[in-house]
Amino acid sequence: MSHEAVMHAHAAVGHEEHHGHHHHESFISKYIFSQDHKMISKQFLFTGIVWAILGGLMSVLFRLQLGYPNETFPILEDLLGKWAKGGKIQPEFYYALVTMHGTVLVFFVLTAGLSGTFSNLLIPLQCGARDMASPFLNMLSYWFFFAASIVMISSFFVETGAASGGWTSYPPLSAIGDFSEGSKAGMDCWLISMALFIVSSLLGGLNYIATILNMRTKGLSMTKLPLTIWAFFFTAVLGVLSFPVLLSGAILLLFDRHLGTSFYLSDVFVSKTQTALPNEGGSAILYQHLFWFLGHPEVYIILLPAMGMASEIISTNSRKPIFGYMAMVGSLFAICILAFLVWAHHMFVTGLNPFLGAAFVLLTLLIAVPSAIKVFNWLTTLWKGNIRFTPAMLFAIGFVSLFISGGLTGIYLGNSALDYQLHDTYFVVAHFHIVMGVASMFGMFAGIYHWFPKMYGRYLNHTLGYIHFWVTMIGAYMIFWPMHYQGLAGAPRRYYDISNWHFLKGFDGLNQFISTVALIVFATQILFVFNYFFSMFRGRKLKNPNPWGSNTLEWTTPINPGHGNWPGEIPEVHRWAYDYSKDGREFIPQTEPIGAGESGHH
Amino acid sequence: MAQAAIPQEHKWWSGGKSPFNVSYGKLMMWYFLMSDTFTFGAFLISYGTIRFSQEYWPNPNHVFNSFPFAGHEANLPLAFVSLMTFILIISSVTMVLAVHAGHNMDKKGVQKYMLLTILGGLAFLGCQAWEWTHLLTGAHHVLIDGQIQELNTTVSHNPWGPQVMHNGELVGTPGPVAFGGYFFGITGFHGFHVFSGVVINIIMYIMTTRDVFHNRGHYEMIEKAGLYWHFVDLVWVFVFLCFYLI
Ligand code: HEM
Ligand SMILES: [Cu+2]
Repeated sequence: MSHEAVMHAHAAVGHEEHHGHHHHESFISKYIFSQDHKMISKQFLFTGIVWAILGGLMSVLFRLQLGYPNETFPILEDLLGKWAKGGKIQPEFYYALVTMHGTVLVFFVLTAGLSGTFSNLLIPLQCGARDMASPFLNMLSYWFFFAASIVMISSFFVETGAASGGWTSYPPLSAIGDFSEGSKAGMDCWLISMALFIVSSLLGGLNYIATILNMRTKGLSMTKLPLTIWAFFFTAVLGVLSFPVLLSGAILLLFDRHLGTSFYLSDVFVSKTQTALPNEGGSAILYQHLFWFLGHPEVYIILLPAMGMASEIISTNSRKPIFGYMAMVGSLFAICILAFLVWAHHMFVTGLNPFLGAAFVLLTLLIAVPSAIKVFNWLTTLWKGNIRFTPAMLFAIGFVSLFISGGLTGIYLGNSALDYQLHDTYFVVAHFHIVMGVASMFGMFAGIYHWFPKMYGRYLNHTLGYIHFWVTMIGAYMIFWPMHYQGLAGAPRRYYDISNWHFLKGFDGLNQFISTVALIVFATQILFVFNYFFSMFRGRKLKNPNPWGSNTLEWTTPINPGHGNWPGEIPEVHRWAYDYSKDGREFIPQTEPIGAGESGHH
Repeated sequence: MAQAAIPQEHKWWSGGKSPFNVSYGKLMMWYFLMSDTFTFGAFLISYGTIRFSQEYWPNPNHVFNSFPFAGHEANLPLAFVSLMTFILIISSVTMVLAVHAGHNMDKKGVQKYMLLTILGGLAFLGCQAWEWTHLLTGAHHVLIDGQIQELNTTVSHNPWGPQVMHNGELVGTPGPVAFGGYFFGITGFHGFHVFSGVVINIIMYIMTTRDVFHNRGHYEMIEKAGLYWHFVDLVWVFVFLCFYLI
């Protein structure tokens, strides 16, 4: 019977397509509770952009404090009230800003904003499906994300302020309200918001997996999939298997906070109230294991979509087949497996048994192998290519550059002997901002510039795109490169004010420099946001449905595809996605049958 | 094209059909269950690490030795939980029968067995409620600070510690608090799964009664609910193992 059900599912979608244009869609069903993957993707992107602006703004605020710890900015008091008393960001607020900045960018922008946008947009389009496997669950996925966003935002408005224990929310700090203002109601908001977020990512991930496995069009075998789809697939699998562990960790933390359990707590003395808590037998380290079992895969959840899109964009714009397609898939797979086996490299200094630590060092350094394979393949794809420097291409190349720079510092950190020195310093901050934060942002920008024409039938303005790229690229290195030196010198991360230490005095000027560049880079992002919304309505219109001369299926749809994507039959696929510059032709779309006299094909 | 000559049936992965020959709904259910396995796995592994870091852990044969209506003196180690487990396993059997009836488009059969499955689930939840109440309210004499006091089993204390001599008598002392936390936490989380399973089954029952599946031509939804139900059952086996047997 299950076979019938499969057929049935397809028939249902086809049915919808035939009648879709007959009935009028209301504003609500089209723009708000939409079940069209393309609209849901735009919803994720909008929400992601809003979050990116807020998250970026937070970093500008705390960079003000770090760059100018002794100055006051009266305007801040007007804007923020008691959180910036006397024009100076208060310590509690500073910690809340840092925490929220991390949470928002890691989860809301680079997970939901990135996967949510591009998995939704591209999986059905590049797999040749009318929509996601379950459009309804897909819609729910967005609305759970929306709810998570609302809860997270509202935590800024509770009296004691937002969560402030760092994006990792380690107990006991996060478990006991008396420890800090941010450990009170703000922490509950954080936990509830994360729980909602996990539901959202689960619903999304299940859909992505089911769609990729079940709904590929005829002829599109797994080995003919564009690398974007492979990357989204592995991302979804990582999410489905690692987020539940964070959920468990968060539930236990909620219990410790409110039900008097002792999962993470033992022998705690609260100096503020001069009391010893009755909790005993728990382990704060346990939370770290649960957190990082998600936390490390999470960094790859953020990175893989960027890798996939960069592969696609680099190949398309070099007018060359991607180098080592199977090696690309294989290394994604290897990264996925290893991602689950290295979490304790975040815990070298927790008193982890050094022998166990050595095992984690080995596994961690092994990740360098698939990472290097990918880098090699990107570079060889670019090598002697007929490169078109579109803004998307620049961002994709920038992504590769950043991934190399940040990956190398990962190898430093992966050695526990070095990590004892470097842990919790600015070196780590530099490492993960370059390799994850900025690199994945670049992947996201590349994707937006590249697929904007598919989303809106218009181009983004290229001149603004070039300004955006160069300022961001140079700025990102100017911000994060010096942090390596600060970290090597021992500057601790997360501190409100490091100017108290004599040995860090020399960094005052550098900190001002970093803060200034951060402000400029932030302003440039606003320029991008302007470009985005301006081009949405006024951008140059698309005339050619395949503006970049790409092979993949999304460009075989009409310029503004309706619900159901293809007006007629879904096209059949005959070849892989990377037949560029072959047999004297610049590109050969996947839908074109293999010709009789064609040279060796994939 | 040479490819067309190969019968389609052999090319599971070439697109245009499900490679596992399952609908996307079932595929999603399988992946969800994998995900949920990680949730429970995280709980149980946390429990394991904490438990083995303690010097002493209560003996389940002492903690779980009562039975409803058997009086306070009854010492029936693990009898009640065996009954609970039996009920849950039987409800899995009736679920299998419901799925089977669905294959045969036998609406009456689906209704009957779904009803039995729902009853089984409710009975299990009832048992769990009794067991929780019994632990939460049952006070025991323990020696605290040199004095005999009454202590029940909660998430923040437990009376099942090692026994010591006091005034010539063997008395208990407070045991590791982690016991209650994990016991109530994990059985509660499992109970929540059973509860949602019962709700799902009730919805399935109503949909069956309203001929939704009959008109659809297949009872696949019952199969999906069945997958979930068996999973919840399987998780219980592990919970049973970790809390009652070891
Ligand atoms: C060869 C590759 C890599 C190695 C060996 C590596 C190793 C490490 C190590 C050992 C740490 C812990 C540092 C500490 O806290 O003391 C770390 C932190 C981090 N890494 Fe990597 N890394 C690699 C690549 C990546 C990639 C590709 C990403 C993301 C896409 C990433 C994201 C992060 C993040 C977010 C943190 C900091 C988390 C925090 O403490 O807040 N790393 N890395
Ligand atoms: Cu890591």
